[in-house]
Amino acid sequence: MTKRKFGLALSMVLAASTILGACGTDKEEKNGNGSAGEKEAIDFSVAMVTDVGGVDDKSFNQSAWEGLQAFGKENGLTKGEGGFDYLQSASDADYNTNLNNLIRRDFDLVFGIGFLMQAAVDEIASQKPDNHLAIIDAVVEQPNVASVLFKEQEGSYLAGVAAALMTKSKKIGFVGGMDIPVIERFEAGFLEGVKAVDPSIKVDVQYTGAFDKAELGKTTANRMYSSGVDIIFHAAGGTGNGVFAEAKELKTKDPDAYVWVIGVDSDQYEEGAVGDTNVTLTSMLKRVDVAVQNISKLAAEDKFPGGETTVYGLAEEGVGLADSRGAIPDDVMAQIDEYAKKIADGEVTVPETVE
Amino acid sequence: MSFLEVLYFLVPAAIAYAAPLILTAIGGVFSERSGVVNIGLEGLMVMGAFIGILFNLTFVNVFGAGTEWMALLAAMVVAALFSLLHAVASVSFRADQVVSGVAINLLAVALCLFLVKMIYGKGQTDFVQERFLRTDFPILEKIPFFGPLFFQNFYWTSTLAIGIAVLAWIVLYYTPFGLRLRAVGEHPMAADTMGINVTRMRYIAVMISGGLAGIGGAIYSQSISLDFSHSTINGQGFMALAAMIFGKWHPLGAMGAALFFGFAQALSIVGGSLPVISEIPSVFLLILPYVLTILALAGFIGKANAPKALGTPYIKGKR
Repeated sequence: MTKRKFGLALSMVLAASTILGACGTDKEEKNGNGSAGEKEAIDFSVAMVTDVGGVDDKSFNQSAWEGLQAFGKENGLTKGEGGFDYLQSASDADYNTNLNNLIRRDFDLVFGIGFLMQAAVDEIASQKPDNHLAIIDAVVEQPNVASVLFKEQEGSYLAGVAAALMTKSKKIGFVGGMDIPVIERFEAGFLEGVKAVDPSIKVDVQYTGAFDKAELGKTTANRMYSSGVDIIFHAAGGTGNGVFAEAKELKTKDPDAYVWVIGVDSDQYEEGAVGDTNVTLTSMLKRVDVAVQNISKLAAEDKFPGGETTVYGLAEEGVGLADSRGAIPDDVMAQIDEYAKKIADGEVTVPETVE
Repeated sequence: MSFLEVLYFLVPAAIAYAAPLILTAIGGVFSERSGVVNIGLEGLMVMGAFIGILFNLTFVNVFGAGTEWMALLAAMVVAALFSLLHAVASVSFRADQVVSGVAINLLAVALCLFLVKMIYGKGQTDFVQERFLRTDFPILEKIPFFGPLFFQNFYWTSTLAIGIAVLAWIVLYYTPFGLRLRAVGEHPMAADTMGINVTRMRYIAVMISGGLAGIGGAIYSQSISLDFSHSTINGQGFMALAAMIFGKWHPLGAMGAALFFGFAQALSIVGGSLPVISEIPSVFLLILPYVLTILALAGFIGKANAPKALGTPYIKGKR
């Protein structure tokens, strides 16, 4: 028994030394091609690692990549070495490898996208104290990591205002994924926004317990719409596909039906298309692209907010509503803008939790 | 909601949810009745869901409003061919049937995602525009009580699923083909002695299961998720497997079990708006389908009798 334990310990030491050894060599490499990465534009390079969603997930990974591309374009950088680039993670096991890979390729700033990467960013940051990293949707307390959070409740508040102003039946629905703090922020903001317009409106809240079960979203939406709800806000990822499917079905059956869905994270206009009409009222946006651009810009100007947590709300244009493409009339839009202004000015604070 | 309103919501929702499960579970019945374990139902559903969406997106301009039905056919054919892998491995090469089934599951997801990436250059497909929609049955919808229960807001695919369940029951129990198929699963050597080609029967059974699971997957993707991504089929194949066992390897039993799952699922969603049940914390409602399943399996159906030769490859001449 002791022999086996000793063997295990020995192999652990060996494994650890290989990993640590790898860290050591790459520093030298870094010094080696540091000067090679210079560009006539600005001397700054930035890259990101996606979580398992992939770079075209129609959600925050895609948004982050769009932010990097916009930043690159603005500063005359090209995709690849010395400019901007991304690596996709196929599973949780890829986070560390991908982060290491990008740091080794001498990117000045490396983003980890999504709260799933919190542990990986933390680990790599402590191994490479001289490199700059950033994480979206989570907090990593290291002096060389910039953390980015969003005030989902403020965007959801506007979604709530929009829903309350647009509803005809005075009944609104909220479909949540899992009952976790992030989703509760969506719910709290949404409820608060509805209440601010008309406290008599009833909000039907239901959590489906999953982010990837479209059939649950569909049945839930079916129940809500058949009980008189006319607008549903979903914060449920793939489960929300079912909400869209149900709304589109009602709209196909009766083109005059007054049913709407409010999308989440990115502009979900495409999801709502039914022939020539659309069931997407608007979408609550989380502007990961804005955050990625801002942090990159600060880092390029040598003002990298290492060790700090930056929170993006309405005032920073980090959250907001998508273009409704005419679904919301202009006078209603003006009212929504007023509420937005109140929040941005700090007149109204939106709670993070449901009372 | 009044009691009747709840009922008018529950029953159609349960049937709609159950349709893909019914078809896949019946596929499983065919395969396992012939003595081949089919854990690969999940993977076959994935293949069906993917082919359904792919066909629908590609040929929507050719077939117009009927595209979704043509896509079902395409999904059936491709999934049946895909299940040949399982048949070859487990019948001809006598590989472990569970391992081969698991391989089907892993391969299907990986292959389909790879193809999505190759064809569309992104992580999931676009949304299909032609899809299965609810309709009302003319005249019958006017029947009091039963009208709103069964003939309003129903899917033709549900009718198809129930129809196939009845058909499968007739085929398995009242035709020579069905008798042979069951004989091969119970006692392959006796069947062989009577001149039945065991290998051929098992190939046919596995391919039927592939075809039906393919239709099930395509129904799901074209009526519920409307696109294909890594999480489109996420455990439904295993639910179908459970329904098959719950239904004691009988087509009608499997259908009943799938409907029961659908009913429990719908109940967990509607529960929040019922007067007494809304007091219960929502987590209990969410686990309700699974608790009901365990209770039903443990308490009410008694011993499940699997086909005798299930899981054992048949080797000619070996005693």
